[in-house]
Parts: sequence; C-alpha cells; structure tokens
Amino acid sequence: MKLLVIEDDRETAAYLVKGLSESGYAVDQSGDGREGLFLATSGSYDAIILDRMLPGMDGLSLLGALRGAKIGTPALILSALGSVDDRVKGLRSGGDDYLVKPFAFSELLARIEALLRRGADAPSVTKLRVADLELDLLTRSVKRGDKTIELLPREFQLLEYLMRNAGHVVTRTMLLENVWDYHFDPQTNVIDVHVSRLRQKIDRHFERPLLHTVRGAGYSLRAPE
Amino acid sequence: MPDSLGLLDARPELTPQANEPAPASAIGISHPAASRRWPGAAVLVAGTRRLVTTHAFRLAGLYFAVFALSVLGVLFFVYWATVDFVERQTEATLDAEITGLAEQYAQRGLSGLVQIVAARSAGDRGDGMLYLFTNRDGRPLAGNISGWPSGEPGPSGSLSFQFEVSDNGQIQTHPASGKLFAIPDGYRLLVGRDIGDAAAYRERIKLTLLWSGLVALGIGLAGGTLMSRNMLRRVEQVNRTAERVIAGNLSDRVPRRGTNDEFDQLAANLNGMLDQIERLMTGMREVTDNVAHDLKTPLARLRARLELALLGPGDPAAQTDAIRAAIDEADRLLATFNALLRIAEAEAGAPRDATALVDLTEIARAATELYEPVAEERGFAMRLETDPAVTIRGDRHLLSQAIANLLDNALKYGGNASGGDITVAVRQAPAQATLEIRDHGPGIPEADRESVLDRFVRLEPSRSTPGNGLGLSLVRAVARRHGATVSLADNGPGLKVRLEFPAGADTS
Repeated sequence: MKLLVIEDDRETAAYLVKGLSESGYAVDQSGDGREGLFLATSGSYDAIILDRMLPGMDGLSLLGALRGAKIGTPALILSALGSVDDRVKGLRSGGDDYLVKPFAFSELLARIEALLRRGADAPSVTKLRVADLELDLLTRSVKRGDKTIELLPREFQLLEYLMRNAGHVVTRTMLLENVWDYHFDPQTNVIDVHVSRLRQKIDRHFERPLLHTVRGAGYSLRAPE
Repeated sequence: MPDSLGLLDARPELTPQANEPAPASAIGISHPAASRRWPGAAVLVAGTRRLVTTHAFRLAGLYFAVFALSVLGVLFFVYWATVDFVERQTEATLDAEITGLAEQYAQRGLSGLVQIVAARSAGDRGDGMLYLFTNRDGRPLAGNISGWPSGEPGPSGSLSFQFEVSDNGQIQTHPASGKLFAIPDGYRLLVGRDIGDAAAYRERIKLTLLWSGLVALGIGLAGGTLMSRNMLRRVEQVNRTAERVIAGNLSDRVPRRGTNDEFDQLAANLNGMLDQIERLMTGMREVTDNVAHDLKTPLARLRARLELALLGPGDPAAQTDAIRAAIDEADRLLATFNALLRIAEAEAGAPRDATALVDLTEIARAATELYEPVAEERGFAMRLETDPAVTIRGDRHLLSQAIANLLDNALKYGGNASGGDITVAVRQAPAQATLEIRDHGPGIPEADRESVLDRFVRLEPSRSTPGNGLGLSLVRAVARRHGATVSLADNGPGLKVRLEFPAGADTS
C-alpha cells in the first residue's frame, strides 16, 4: 500500500513517515502544496494524508483541484482547525476523513485503514459476516451460529460499523463520529459501556470471543484464528 | 500633545485677522519662506488646510454658497420689482396724460390744445408734470420747460432727459422722463414728468438692499462657520475618544449632551460598542489568567514526569510507565484545550437566527441514549420526559455537547446513597422550549450557582474527581449562542439545570 503525506512541518512529517513506514506502508512525502498536487496527480497512491495549511497551495484547494481532475484517491485531512464548520468545509472540498491535530498515532492508523477499506467495499453487499456472526442489512437481523441476537437500533449500527471494519482497530472517536455522529469526546466512558453491552450480546455463551479491546487504541472485531 | 492642530487650536484660523496680521497669512500661503519667518503663519496655513479638508467645512461652504445665492436673488428681485413698478407708474401717468391731451386735441383742435397745455403748465401743481408745445420751427407755444431737450426719442416716443428747476433761487438739475406726442404739420408736444423723487427712491432702495444683503451674508457666514465648528467639535470629540481607545484606554467614552440628536445617538452607539469590547476584553483577560493557571499546572506535571523518566535508574518498565503517564497528562491537557476552543467557538458563532431548525427532543433522546448504559452501570436510573417534536433554531452538535456535559456532570456529582436518578425533560411552552436536567445528588449551594458557570470553577476543593471545570461554561456558551438562559435551581434535593430557549415559533 502506497501513501502520500503532504505536510510542511518537518517534525510532524518525519513522525508520520516513520510511523507509517513501520506500519508497513510505502510512504512519499512532500512539504509543498503544488508539489503535493503534482505527486497526487501523477503517482498512483492508495491514500493521501494532507495538512490543511500548506505553503504553495492550501490543502483544501489542493483537494478541490485533485477532485476536479477526477482523481478519487481517498484523502485524510489533518488540521489544527477542529470546529464542526472546519470539518464540514474539509469534507465538502473532497476530503474523506478529517482528523484534528494533535492526534494519537493509533487513531491516524485506524482511520487510514478504514479509508483504504472504504474503496474496496462492494456496495451491493447486503450481508456482513465475521466467522459465524452474520448481520443482514435488509432484514436488520443478526445471527451467531443459528442463534438469533436481538439488538437495539444503535447496537445494530455499532455492530455494522465494527463488522465493516472487521480485523482492524476502530477507535472510540471513530465510533462516536460514525455511529453517533458526535464530534466531541464525552468525559465519561460512554462508548466502552456500549461496546461491553454489545459484547454481552454477541460473545456471551460463545466459546470464542469476536469483539476485542485493543489497549490504548480502541476495539477490533475479528474472527478467531 | 500629539495633535497640535485640533479643534481648540483651529479656532483662530477661522478669523485669521484676529491673531495675525493679515499680510502674514496671505504671504504665508504663497511663500513657504515666509512661514519660516512667521512660525505662526505656518501653523495657520496648516490649520486652514486642515479645516478646509473637513467635511463640516465643505458642508458649511456649500450651505453658505446656496444661502448667498438665494439672498442675492431675493434682493435683486425686490430691487427690480420696486424700480420697475415706479417706472411703469411714471409711464402709465404719461400715457394717461397723452391720451387725455389727444382727446382734447381731437375735440378742440390746435388752439384748444395750446390753451390746455398752457393752463396745465401754469403754476406748480406739485405733480411734477412737464410740458412743452412747439410749432414747426421749434418755437415754444406753451409749456413749463425752457427748451427742447437734447437727445432723440426712442422708437415708442419715450425720452429721458434732464431739466433745470430753480428752487429758492438755486438752480437744480432734475432727471425727467417724457413722451413725445406728434401732431400733424410739424407741431410737437412733449409730456414729461420729473422723476427726481423716483430716482432718489431708487437710490435709497439700492442702498437699503445692499446693506441688508451684506448683513444677511454676514449672518450666513457666521452661522455656517458656527455650524461647521459645532459639527467639527463633536466629530472631533468622537475622534479623540477613538484615538485614546486605540492607544489603550478602553474605559474612555464619547461625551454625550443628552440632546438625543444624531451625534448623541452616534455617541451612545459607539459607547455601547466600547462597553461590549471592554466586556469581551475583560472576559478574555480572565480566561487568559485561568488558562495560564489551569494549563501551567498540568504542563509542569508533564515536564516533571518526563524529567524523572530521564533521570530514572534505567529501569525500562518504569520509563515506559512514566512516558505513558506523560502521554495521559498530555491528553488531559489537550482535552482542556479543546474544551476551551469549543467554548470560544460557541461564543463567537453566528447568531442564532442563522442556524437551522432542529428537534430538541431528538437531540435530547440521542444524548440520553448514549449515556443510559453508563448511568445504569453506575446505579443511576435515567428518565426522559419529552413533549413530541420540540423545535428550536440551533446547532445540533453544540446542543448535543451541552446535554452531554450536563449528563457527565449529573453522573459525576448527582449520585446519592441509593444510587440516584437523572431526569432529562424537554418541554414545549407557548413562547419557549425548555430543557431540564435534574438529579438527586447534593446539589449546589445557592451562593455558588452563578459562579459554577464560569470557566475553570470547580466546587470541590480537593479536585479529586477528574474534570477541568469547563463543562458548565460550555453549556452557558451554547445557551448564549442560542439566545437561551441557563438557571441552576434546587431540585429538593439535588440540582436542576434549566435551559430556556426562545421557541422556533416560525415552524408552525
């Protein structure tokens, strides 16, 4: 997987390149908006991580130009501007995800993985499956083995998101944003309790757990090895 | 004084002669060298220039020009109407006389006419009529003037001339206006009138009008100057205040006269604006102080942890722990920082009307649903009481966070021996929508209810419960953004936080 990092702050760029390389990605980096656009247009990247404020050309214009050229490479915007309006503006100009600086590296990694998977998702899928857990998007029903599991609507959405990202880490913030559409962090561990309730329903009475807590990062739903 | 050409100094320039010999200012304008010789002149020139560039002066100049034009117009009209009237009167008299004489001539012939003219010329009848009747040789047959005046009559037969009168032995020349009455066979009759009085009258009128014109123009000039100076002074007051405010004296205000005219209203508005700026600045200063305190302490802790890790005896496990603790500390700092930014964002946001209609019931339901499992886990019973579809104008994200903060607070402080219960109530009243979050915890003493809304205020002196003292500040900021009020009350026992929103009435 090949990533393009467009970030002008040297230390942040070095930190990103090092971290992403260690996570197994091939990374190109540029510190300038115009050069970044050139690379993004010519190279074939699987995802782009770009800063909003860049010399040469700002990140949003870059994205606009890129989308104008019909290049749909998934892009994650990194920015210190974190208000809801800023976020909306970022996503409207062609960003696929928006992460506010400073961020935990695990958060960035989880989001990049989610971005890379997004393109691969077959849109016509009506059933999600992880091991013997099956979620039917049409009948909105969940089964594990041959046992039907009753879920509340929000729990269903939570499980759907976890299953769509099966095998990968999803962070609490990702869950809050994607399942609840909340862009703030509550001071209470509300997400943990929701996940543990869901876990009660899907893992209890089953020998092998599917929903795992990843320490310091978030959760991961995966098939037992 | 930074500005030596202000209003008070400008005063002499309006009447340069008062302070300076007139030539000095005249020379000063055209010869820069002269202004070196008379430093006063330079000030005067600059001052005059400054005065001339003011809007008030231009306005006064325009006013004066219009005024002068209309005064001149009126005076000219009065002069023309008066003089014309007198002249017409003279002409009418002459025409009437000639018509009368022509009738006499038609009835009584030449000799009759001579008789009548002679009779009318005899003695001073006091009407100033003049006659001269001559035969074809130009010899006078009758009349009261000695000879045919020089000058040719105009096309209508009218004629202006001078004649001599003896008044108490003195010979005086009087102007006269006459008309020629031609009679066949070369006889000529001149009928005239002494217009000496009329001329004197005209002169008199001319003089009167000239003087009254001068007086009116003088008053106009003085009035214009006073008006412009008055305006200038008031604008100058505003400018002075603005300069002082720019220089840093935020408590300065534009003086008001209490007349409630435009200038007074301008002053009131400017003062209102300055009040608002000062309030914001004071708030900002408080926040800065608080931020300095509440961010410095954890920063110092963070630094100490990292330093200790560096000095450690080389135990990798201990170092890892120290670094992890440092990251946690940094995360808490960031959370505080983000909370501050959120508050600033809510406070600086667009006015409420610019936002969309949102369903407060739905927002409260979603937030309650998010917190319900945690509440249950902690032994709280959570209840939602709502009227269906309570609509207000607002920002869903901000409202969600405000409710989340209130629920965070209720979970943190609203517990009692039996666990506690939390009620979220959304109600629609005729003119408003209300949101209440009630708990049965210890509540907040009445004296502290106002201050807990301020930033970084935490009532727990030990600060053992995690938190940054910003939760309720955000609630207040969000409420203000929505034009809502926040009140804290006793829930007997417990705390009742009530937000009153103006209803999104235009939905119905």
